[in-house]
Amino acid sequence: MYIAWIPLLPLAAFVLLGCWGKRLRPVTAGWIGILTALGSLLLAILATYHYGVIVGPQAGRFPELLLMKFAWLPFNSQLSIDMSILLDPASLMMILVVCFVSLMVQLFSLGYMRGEQRFSTYYAFLSLFTFSMLGLVLAGNLFEIYIFWELVGLSSYLLIGFYFTRPTAVAAAKKAFIVTRFADLGFLIGILILGLGAQTLDLHTLLERLSTPSVQAQHMNSTIFLGMSSLSWGLILVFVGGAGKSAMFPLHVWLPDAMEGPTPVSALIHAATMVVAGVYLVARLFPAFSYSGPTPLGLVRYVGAGSALLAAAIACTQTDIKRVLAYSTMSQIGFMMLALGSSGLGGAKELGYSASLFHLFTHAFFKSLLFLAAGIIIHQVHSNEMEAMGGLRKALPLTHICFLIGCLAIAGIPPFAGFFSKENILLAAFQADRGIYLAALFSSGLTSFYMFRLYFHIFWWKSQPAGLTSRPKAEWTMGLPLLVLASCSSIAGLVPFPRLVSADGYPVAEQPLGSFSVLPVLVSFVGLGIASFLYARETERPRKLGQQLGRFYRIINHKFYIDEIYLFVTRDVIVKGLAAPAAWVDRRIVDGFINGLARSTAWVSQRIRGLQSGRLQQYMMYFFAGLAVLAIVILYLWKP
Amino acid sequence: MSEIPLTHILFVSTALFFIGLYGLLSRRNLITMLMAIELILNSVNINFLAFNRYLHPDQLHGVFFSLFIITIAAAEAAVAIAVIINLYRTHQSIDVEDAGEMKF
Repeated sequence: MYIAWIPLLPLAAFVLLGCWGKRLRPVTAGWIGILTALGSLLLAILATYHYGVIVGPQAGRFPELLLMKFAWLPFNSQLSIDMSILLDPASLMMILVVCFVSLMVQLFSLGYMRGEQRFSTYYAFLSLFTFSMLGLVLAGNLFEIYIFWELVGLSSYLLIGFYFTRPTAVAAAKKAFIVTRFADLGFLIGILILGLGAQTLDLHTLLERLSTPSVQAQHMNSTIFLGMSSLSWGLILVFVGGAGKSAMFPLHVWLPDAMEGPTPVSALIHAATMVVAGVYLVARLFPAFSYSGPTPLGLVRYVGAGSALLAAAIACTQTDIKRVLAYSTMSQIGFMMLALGSSGLGGAKELGYSASLFHLFTHAFFKSLLFLAAGIIIHQVHSNEMEAMGGLRKALPLTHICFLIGCLAIAGIPPFAGFFSKENILLAAFQADRGIYLAALFSSGLTSFYMFRLYFHIFWWKSQPAGLTSRPKAEWTMGLPLLVLASCSSIAGLVPFPRLVSADGYPVAEQPLGSFSVLPVLVSFVGLGIASFLYARETERPRKLGQQLGRFYRIINHKFYIDEIYLFVTRDVIVKGLAAPAAWVDRRIVDGFINGLARSTAWVSQRIRGLQSGRLQQYMMYFFAGLAVLAIVILYLWKP
Repeated sequence: MSEIPLTHILFVSTALFFIGLYGLLSRRNLITMLMAIELILNSVNINFLAFNRYLHPDQLHGVFFSLFIITIAAAEAAVAIAVIINLYRTHQSIDVEDAGEMKF
């Protein structure tokens, strides 16, 4: 099947650019990356057509196709880790999104990274990332997902730390890798529990066994540990892994720092693809989540809602444009998680699942649009801080329109894409849990507020841009992705998503959004209005508001001191309290014991070295003495 | 004349053995040590001959073995002299205290 070429083309680009990239002209390296991404996209479109039209829905539902299965690590006849490719509407949607956004980002980077010395290395890393993400999405085996999961983490590390001469970038890359790796510990344990319980790691079989009352599911449900069944534990641990990758509270600390990487990298990885891997993972295992009782899904729901609210609050106080967008991403992924957590299996209950993936789809477009536009703005004013920006709407007209479209989409204002997906999420939340719905509604309002705060501060605020002398050069490689993504953000909402992507393959009937969506849209406009009031013209209002909120504002501004708490725990508790004493024991007691042995051996040997004096006659005397002793013993004392 | 008891002869050979051993362990001159070794070998010879004469008078095994010992003692003395000469060439001395390199 040609499906295998979808991830293999970027891999080939990685190998090519990694080995011979230095010898190529930068433009060539860039186009190699772009053409492989384009090739993957075309193959993905072909595959979608093939699946949707030629194979088509069977018995009313979209089937899951398992392709190219081969035994990769056979342990014995019962347990074997196979590699396979799983095709269903969700994975096809993901490969379309990944290939498309990757293509747009690589095209954009041609212009953005111009003059960069390690141009081909950059494209090699981007291709590696694309390969890893595509592999993750197409994986048909839970362990295969884990393999590509780690590869994605590696690519992210390489890309965040791209400017490795900057200490902050190096620290950020390490932080991202360590936090996600820490979460992956939970993921691995969860995989082992699920694999042991279901007697297989193959996704199709595993889900079959764990979503119906089968022998394995009964066994797992009856094994209780600390009050929860082993199935729940396995799923919760897997969710921990997903939460780390998707920057959910409390494992979110790496995402804002990851903005040290180049902006197109942020657009690709930390907006559209890698951070949604956690959502994708939960979506993949959704039948098992739904079967296992209220606890795992409840955890997903509350963590999602909490993260959405937390991130939205912090985003309102940040002044670095990329950090605002980073917290915005965390918030939107919180929305996706809470939609998944509010979802059920079967019929209209599945709205949450479809809404979550729909939001993933639309979010990819408008978030990468926002990041790329931010890249252009940063390039222009040579600073990430909002303070350096203002009044740019005349200087950057195209960027202005695109950024505005992105903000309208993320705020959920009709008819842009975000409206449709966000309304579905809110509807699913409303049907599941009113409290969650209120939290989501409030977060949505905050989203609108902070995004338009950003928008007004960059493009309005002042009438003349500060320090901007001439109109910037326009390049088609940077403008085209912006336009394409903007148009997608505008029309992607019209895709009848729930009919195509759903938890069990059966289309979910779209529910009319009419009267329900009045309140959320109103809330969004209120947010917009407040932002406009505070930020459209340069005034003292925002600062005075910040002072009035006093300590409350300060706590949020410092990101709820979560980073400080983590630093305290790791440095003072773990390093000083656990690691240092352990090192002392290792040095003084364990090594000391061995060294003591050695020292005493040396002392004894010093004492008896006199026995080997080199004097021949002394040797002879010992010889004969020993002989005499032996003779007496053997002749007189040894009684057989 | 009456037979000399076997034990008398054994006393003599034992005394010779230990005199030889004492000489081996306490002399400094290598040639003198060689002479002590010969003394030990000869004491063993006396032992063999005595046992032959007193315990198995109709056989000659002891005599034959003594002949062997004499021959081997001669050959071994030759080899020992060669070693001593080599030692002299390196150390310019045949004092056993000067040849003390095999130590810690």
